Amino acid sequence: MQKKFGGSAIFLDRSDINTDEIIPAKYLTEVTKEALTPYILEDLTLAGFDPQGEELKNATVVVSRENFGCGSSREHAPWVFEVNDVHTVIAESYARIFRQNMFNCGMLAIELPKEAIDQLMALQQSGKVEVAVDLDGQQITAKAGSEKKQFSFEISQFDKALVKAGGWVEFADVRY
Amino acid sequence: MGKTLAEKIFDAHLKDEPFPGTKVLSLDRVLCHEITTPVAIADLVWRNKDRVFDRDKLKVVIDHVTPSKDSKTATQAKILRDWARRHEIPDFFDVGQNGVCHAIFPEKGYIRPGFTVIMGDSHTCTHGAFGAFAAGVGTTDLEVGILKGVCAFREPASIRVNLNGSLSRGVFAKDVILYVISQLGVNGATDRVIEFRGPIVDEMSMEARMTLCNMAIEAGGTSGVCMPDMTTVEYLWPFIQDEFASKEAALKDYSKWISDADASYDKVLDIDVSNLEPQVTFDYKPDCVKPVSEMSGTPVDQIYIGTCTNGRIEDLRQVAEILKGKTVASSVRGIVSPATPKIFKDALAEGIIQIFMDAGFCVTNPTCGACLGMSNGVLAEGEVCASTSNRNFNGRMGKGGMVHLMSPATAAATAITGVITDARTL
Ligand code: SF4
Repeated sequence: MQKKFGGSAIFLDRSDINTDEIIPAKYLTEVTKEALTPYILEDLTLAGFDPQGEELKNATVVVSRENFGCGSSREHAPWVFEVNDVHTVIAESYARIFRQNMFNCGMLAIELPKEAIDQLMALQQSGKVEVAVDLDGQQITAKAGSEKKQFSFEISQFDKALVKAGGWVEFADVRY
Repeated sequence: MGKTLAEKIFDAHLKDEPFPGTKVLSLDRVLCHEITTPVAIADLVWRNKDRVFDRDKLKVVIDHVTPSKDSKTATQAKILRDWARRHEIPDFFDVGQNGVCHAIFPEKGYIRPGFTVIMGDSHTCTHGAFGAFAAGVGTTDLEVGILKGVCAFREPASIRVNLNGSLSRGVFAKDVILYVISQLGVNGATDRVIEFRGPIVDEMSMEARMTLCNMAIEAGGTSGVCMPDMTTVEYLWPFIQDEFASKEAALKDYSKWISDADASYDKVLDIDVSNLEPQVTFDYKPDCVKPVSEMSGTPVDQIYIGTCTNGRIEDLRQVAEILKGKTVASSVRGIVSPATPKIFKDALAEGIIQIFMDAGFCVTNPTCGACLGMSNGVLAEGEVCASTSNRNFNGRMGKGGMVHLMSPATAAATAITGVITDARTL
C-alpha cells in the first residue's frame, strides 16, 4: 500500500549527514522497527537542532543537503524515519544505499538541485513550512505563511513503481 | 565499444530489466550477519515466506558483537542461529569459528571473479578485490536476496583509478586508499564502481587489494574492484583446484571479466604514489586526510588494530615488526582483534600474538566490536582513538569519541609513543 507523503518540514542544513547520526549503532540491537522510535537523529549535532524538540516530533518531511544518508547500510535509518511518520526526504543528493533503502521501504527520497533546496530553506523565514507531494505529476509545493514555491522532481520509473507497490518486497514478490 | 568488468558481470547476470536503466541481477552470494539480517528474517516469517532461495549461496556469520554482550545482542544472534539451523545453511559461523564478515568469507574461498555478491553491510565492496561485483545493501534488498536470489541496481558507470609509480617503504594500501578518498571526496564515486588499476595494484597481495576495495564506499562507491590475475588465482587455488586443470587455465577463464581496453569510464584518475607519505584522517569524514607529518604529535587514548579493513595477517605482521621488543606508552591502551580465527592461529604460530602481549596489548577474539562502538573497546566522551578501521564519523566508536584512521604501521608507532607517529621515524 502506498504511504502518505508530504507534511510539515524540518530542515537539516548540512551535507554528509550519515546513518550513524540518523540512528546510532548502539540501537542496532533492536529487532523491531518500532523500538527505534525515540532515537531518531539522536547523535546529530547541528546548530538549532534538538533531537528531542517539538519541531522534529511534528515533522513528516526532512530537507537536507548533499550526500544524505552516507555511511553504514543500516536500513534502521529509513525505519526510524518511517516509525516517526517521516516518509519524505528531500535533499540535493543521496548515498546510494540509503536512497535505495528509502524506495525499498516504499518511501520517497526526492532529489532537488541546490538552488531549489536553497529556496526551500529560505521559506522558513516566512513561517512553518508545509510540503505537498504530487507523485504522479512529480511536483512539490511548499508553503509558508503567504509564500508558496513549486518544484518538479525526477524519479526513475522503477523507484516510482516501488513507492506505488509499497516497497521492493511487494514488487519482487509479484514479479520473481 | 568495450565493456568494463562491472558491465560484463551485469550482462552475465541480468535476469530482468523491469524499466530502462534498472537491472535486476541474479546473485551468486548473499552474505548475512546478525545486525542487519534478523529483521529480514522476522519479516519473512511474518509474511509466511520463511524460505531461502539457495542455502549453498548463503554465507552466514555472527561477527559484530560476539560472544553476545547482553540480552539484546544474544537475541539477535539467536534469531540468526535458529534461522541458519532451520534452513540447514551449511556455511554458518558461530562463536569459536566466527570472524569479521569481510575477512572470513574471502578467506573461505567463497568469492570468485565474476560473482555478484550482496550483504546488508556497506563494506561488502571489499569483495570486489576478487574481480566480483559486490555491493552493500539494506535489509529489504537482503530480504529479497534471501528469498528470490535477485537484487536491483542502476546501470553501473565506473571510475578508473590508475595507481602508478612505486610505494616507498613504510607506505601501504591503507595510505593509498585514504589518499584516493581525499581526492574523490565522500560522494565522489556515488553510483559508481571504482576500478583500481595500475602497477601498484598488480603488485599488491589480495589482502592489500581488499584494504583498497574495502574503503570504496567511503567515497560513495557501489563497489571497488580489482582485475583478476595470477595473484587472485594463487589465493583461490586451494578452493578451485578441482575446477581447473591448472592455474593457467583458471587465469584464462577469469580473464574474461577483465575490463576491455576500450571500455568507457565516467572518470579516470592517474595517481603517482611514489612520493606518498603515510596518511591519517582528521575531523569526522573519511575524506579529511593529511600526511602523517602534519598530524604527528596528536595525543591519543586508545590504539585499535583489526577490522575488515586492516585486521588480516599481513597487517598484524606489519604491526609486530614495529612493536617487537617495545611496549605501549603508559598513557594509552592497545587493543588488537585478529579478524578471523585463522588469522589468530597464524599470528599465534608466527609469534605475533606473543609480541602484542609483551608490548602490553589486549588481544580480543575476532569481532567487529569497537569498530562500530558496540563492544570490546568503546570510547568515552572526549577520548581519541588511533584506528586501522574505515570510519571516523562523530561518535562511531562511542558517543563523543574521535577516531583517526591510519595504517597498521602508523597505529603501531602511535601505540609506542602515545601520540600520532610516523613509523618510519622510529
Ligand atoms: S569491522 Fe567495522 S566496518 Fe568492518 S564490517 Fe565490522 S563493523 Fe563494519
